[in-house]
Amino acid sequence: MDTQTLLVYFAKASYLLAAALFILGIKRMSSPVTARAGIKWAGIGMVIATLATFAITGAHNVGWIVAGIAIGVIPTWLWGRKVAMTDMPQMVALFNGMGGGSAAAIGAGELLKFSQPGAPVPPIATLALAVVGALIGSISMTGSIIAWAKLDGRMDKVFRFGGQQAVNFIVFAASVLAGLALVAWKLDANLVIVFFALALAFGVLMTLPIGGADMPVVISLYNAFTGLAVAFEGYAMGIEALIVAGMVVGAAGTFLTQLMAKAMNRPISNVLFSNFGGGGSGEAIAGSQKAIEASDAASLLYMAEKVIIVPGYGMAVAQAQHKIWELSQALIKAGKDVRFAIHPVAGRMPGHMNVLLAEAGVPYDLIADMDDINPEFKTCDVAIVIGANDVVNPAAKTDKSSPIYGMPILDVVDSKQTIVIKRGKGTGFAGIENALFYADNTRMLYADGKEAANQLIAELKAVEGGGGH
Amino acid sequence: MSFVSFVFQSLLFRTSEPRGKIMIDGFLALYIFMLAAFTGKEIIGRVPVILHTPLMSGSNFVHGIVLVGAMIALAHAESPLAIAIGFVGVVLGAGNAAGGYVVTERMLEMFKSSKDGKK
Repeated sequence: MDTQTLLVYFAKASYLLAAALFILGIKRMSSPVTARAGIKWAGIGMVIATLATFAITGAHNVGWIVAGIAIGVIPTWLWGRKVAMTDMPQMVALFNGMGGGSAAAIGAGELLKFSQPGAPVPPIATLALAVVGALIGSISMTGSIIAWAKLDGRMDKVFRFGGQQAVNFIVFAASVLAGLALVAWKLDANLVIVFFALALAFGVLMTLPIGGADMPVVISLYNAFTGLAVAFEGYAMGIEALIVAGMVVGAAGTFLTQLMAKAMNRPISNVLFSNFGGGGSGEAIAGSQKAIEASDAASLLYMAEKVIIVPGYGMAVAQAQHKIWELSQALIKAGKDVRFAIHPVAGRMPGHMNVLLAEAGVPYDLIADMDDINPEFKTCDVAIVIGANDVVNPAAKTDKSSPIYGMPILDVVDSKQTIVIKRGKGTGFAGIENALFYADNTRMLYADGKEAANQLIAELKAVEGGGGH
Repeated sequence: MSFVSFVFQSLLFRTSEPRGKIMIDGFLALYIFMLAAFTGKEIIGRVPVILHTPLMSGSNFVHGIVLVGAMIALAHAESPLAIAIGFVGVVLGAGNAAGGYVVTERMLEMFKSSKDGKK
């Protein structure tokens, strides 16, 4: 066996090991206890696979390879180190777009190589998957960049024009036709360029009309897209590690996208092809919102035994999570049973709120999922809603004309007493009035989230200091 | 040649190239695709909602393995255009892997139980 063959076997064995480490790593990430080890396992797999690849590449273009890795790794590493936790969704979108772009670049390289005069004709399965992978990767790249720009506040949230869906369909159909032509008709370099231009344009067009509220689903979808693109390009190049890792991510991402869409009661087709809140605006609500002062709210908390805190993204925008945890610690010290109730889509990605609370130091065992906490509201003395709106709106259960009808919600309305911390009387993301805010046992504490938490901490101290029982 | 036999022939087409690029039998590849897809679904099915964001980020990191493909593509590139495309692929793939790892690790570092004590 010559040295070259030995090196290839060495690299292939390393890929096998890396693929196993990826799967075990993701599996360990499925529990909070082992999650930290999980990402490290996957990281070790990545380092092994990357180093072993040098055994295949040899010395040819090695300078370019090393320079490319350095240029790719150093800025993203430094940026990823310091980015704020609230900005995580757009970072994931951006890194995902880079992966999609990389898969598209592999596809472009393969297709251009095949299209050279005198090049051997590739097997049709190889060619077809190279084309499909390039198409999906290109859409994922430009789509993720638009998603990043929207979440980062660099672009108007929604961009619509007349006949947009027709234009999108035509561009998509044209890119598919160009891809088909490459596979079945003619491998022409100009056609390859047209194909990529159409695919990249479709990624942009597809994402432009989608609003910020739906972005989590879109990022998750593009994450799955990139996984599939990597798997298909892996087949075209004959690298098993790409096939396995890409397909695992593609399937996991698709499943996660479905979970998210289900939690938001928005079929994926709705997210992609229609507008939010297009239907009725729901029934008008009788009654009025009843305000409360921080001192009275503190007394309610002082007398409560069981307190459930329901944070929404508004809390994170107000940077109030540290203060809320301080308030919770004060309540726990006073002997109250304090839990956090998290809606599956609280924050801007599923689980984003958990990350933000974890950053503030809230232990994960105080944080409860919707299904676990919902029966608990009946025995809850005071529920504190901060920065959440649509996810606690009882209209989702009772009002068939409401655009959010059918969306699973947190049953805060069952709580004996509710305090809603809110800056003003405005409506939520979906622009719908919230009956919970008008309920007889709900009191509104109108203040900025951080300020309100501060006041409650101070007032609670005053109540405790002033005697009580 | 009928369409069906055309498809079958392409699926059964085997060849191998030098430098480690080995074409995989079409049906075997379909099995790998299928099994990997089930694995992905099974793995994520047991994940609690609190870990969905780190998990999305973690799976985002895992498809950074595309870097390996881009490295091999660049190593085979001859023309300046092919080198340029391969280089872009390596830069983007490396960015995906490095960025994905850093943000996932940072998020997971923060998940602590109340039994772990104060940090």
